[in-house]
Amino acid sequence: MSHHAAFADALIDPDLACPDGLFSRNGADPASRFAVYRNNVHSALINALATAYPVTLQLVGDEFFRAMAGLFVQASPPDSPLMSEYGSAFAGFIQAFEPAASVPYLADVARLERLRVCAYHAADTQPLDQQTILQTLQGQTDLGKLRLHLHPSLATLNSAYAVVAVWAAHQTEGGLATLNPWHAQSALVLRQGLAVKVFAIDSGSVAFIDSLNHGTALETAVQHALEASAQFDLNQCLALLISHDAITHLHLEQKVLP
Amino acid sequence: MMTLLPQHTVSPAQVPGLPHRAGLGLKNEHFIEVLETSPDIGFFEVHAENYMVAGGPFHHYLGLIREQYPLSLHGVGLSIGGEGPLNREHLARLALLIERYQPHSFSEHLAWSSHGPVFLNDLLPLAYDAATLNRVCEHIDQVQSTLKRPMLLENPSTYLQFERSTLDETDFISEVIRRTGCGLLLDVNNVYVSCINHQREALSYIDALPLHAVGEIHLAGFAEDTDSLGDRLLIDDHGAPIDNAVWQLYEQVLTRTGPVATLIERDNQLPAFSVLHAEAQHADWHLLQVNV
Repeated sequence: MSHHAAFADALIDPDLACPDGLFSRNGADPASRFAVYRNNVHSALINALATAYPVTLQLVGDEFFRAMAGLFVQASPPDSPLMSEYGSAFAGFIQAFEPAASVPYLADVARLERLRVCAYHAADTQPLDQQTILQTLQGQTDLGKLRLHLHPSLATLNSAYAVVAVWAAHQTEGGLATLNPWHAQSALVLRQGLAVKVFAIDSGSVAFIDSLNHGTALETAVQHALEASAQFDLNQCLALLISHDAITHLHLEQKVLP
Repeated sequence: MMTLLPQHTVSPAQVPGLPHRAGLGLKNEHFIEVLETSPDIGFFEVHAENYMVAGGPFHHYLGLIREQYPLSLHGVGLSIGGEGPLNREHLARLALLIERYQPHSFSEHLAWSSHGPVFLNDLLPLAYDAATLNRVCEHIDQVQSTLKRPMLLENPSTYLQFERSTLDETDFISEVIRRTGCGLLLDVNNVYVSCINHQREALSYIDALPLHAVGEIHLAGFAEDTDSLGDRLLIDDHGAPIDNAVWQLYEQVLTRTGPVATLIERDNQLPAFSVLHAEAQHADWHLLQVNV
């Protein structure tokens, strides 16, 4: 095993002994000094997760969160120097983390917080002017074949729990009193200008937005939405997207000639 | 109605070195205050990796701040001392950032932080032997040829030493600088921390370095711990005001180097911007003393 491999393994796994070949000038036990590196590595990664998942932390408390994050760090140390990407597997870890099972919506709140981080750093793309969108939609005879391109920051999440309500309740003091997390809720996350926004949407809107993001034309996207939820309201969903600058491009389906 | 977030770029014309002033690490918590108050700061320094994102507020604010201030780009993830080859993707991302923001300086650490696929997110210590020396020099050559500019290499803060080291840290650094032509980012806090931790005299450490190559100085605060013998063990945590002992050492460094761009680093326990600004003003005062 290379020197750095042994050093790295012992940093990640606190049960491993301090690597060989180290010393302190004053004769102190090198393990007492290796512990500084180990602590630096673990605490910095746990702090990075605490910063990226503030509501997840609030839901379980600092001590529980740090213990859970510490186990995640050991199981999934970063595989990239880009710390903004660290923790993309954290929600999946939480989902399978038995001690957190008493907060069944915890993993979905973590998923929502991940989407917020991704939206925050997503590419900058010029949205279409709202007036242009409305004129195009009104003047279009073949509306069903229209394709809508959405902002790169935009993402959806389906949850069996009131994930948006739980998240929103932790954005203000004392917002928990009337909260009922035990109903399904879907989320839309996007960045409008510099601000990341979270909306509760219905499952039909999720199907609609996901279809658009897969390049599906408007008519088929509406069909998918209605299959997901008979209550899907196209006007309401489009109004939400348009008013938050989520549409970046409109064009007609390309007819492929035989 | 929002407008497109502009891709602020600076003219790729020759960018001079950092001014001989005090600078501050730019924290996202202070973006708006900096833009609203335009404080008299010599330059700002950012961690390159924080800006390796596609878009959003980080690029928006850095672009605006870069229009007003000189910029130092400080890498923390290149793992120059790593046993494996440099991460080419990462180097390409650095090249893109440099092209976009035209920083006055690029610096990295004499340390390693990645091994194989794992990034450890810390600046880890190196054994100072011939194999490490060759590897570090090759990596710095590769960085400088890819980025088409010289880089500054920062002396580390360390808590341990390696039995297989055959060179003093200062001899190792001197040889790297001689072979690669890179500059030295002299972190005075790191010198102090390492010298206390390894029972070395800080001024003799500094005098053993090629001070002609110093292109920037870092100042920061440390935390204090004890080791298994109960001896002082200083930890470079960038989480406290600069210690008096480090200010004194800085003053002695400046008498040797003359005025050099000096960064106040603070990454943890972030205080109000005004507190950091006051530390920068104190460094500026020291810089003025050596000017006269």
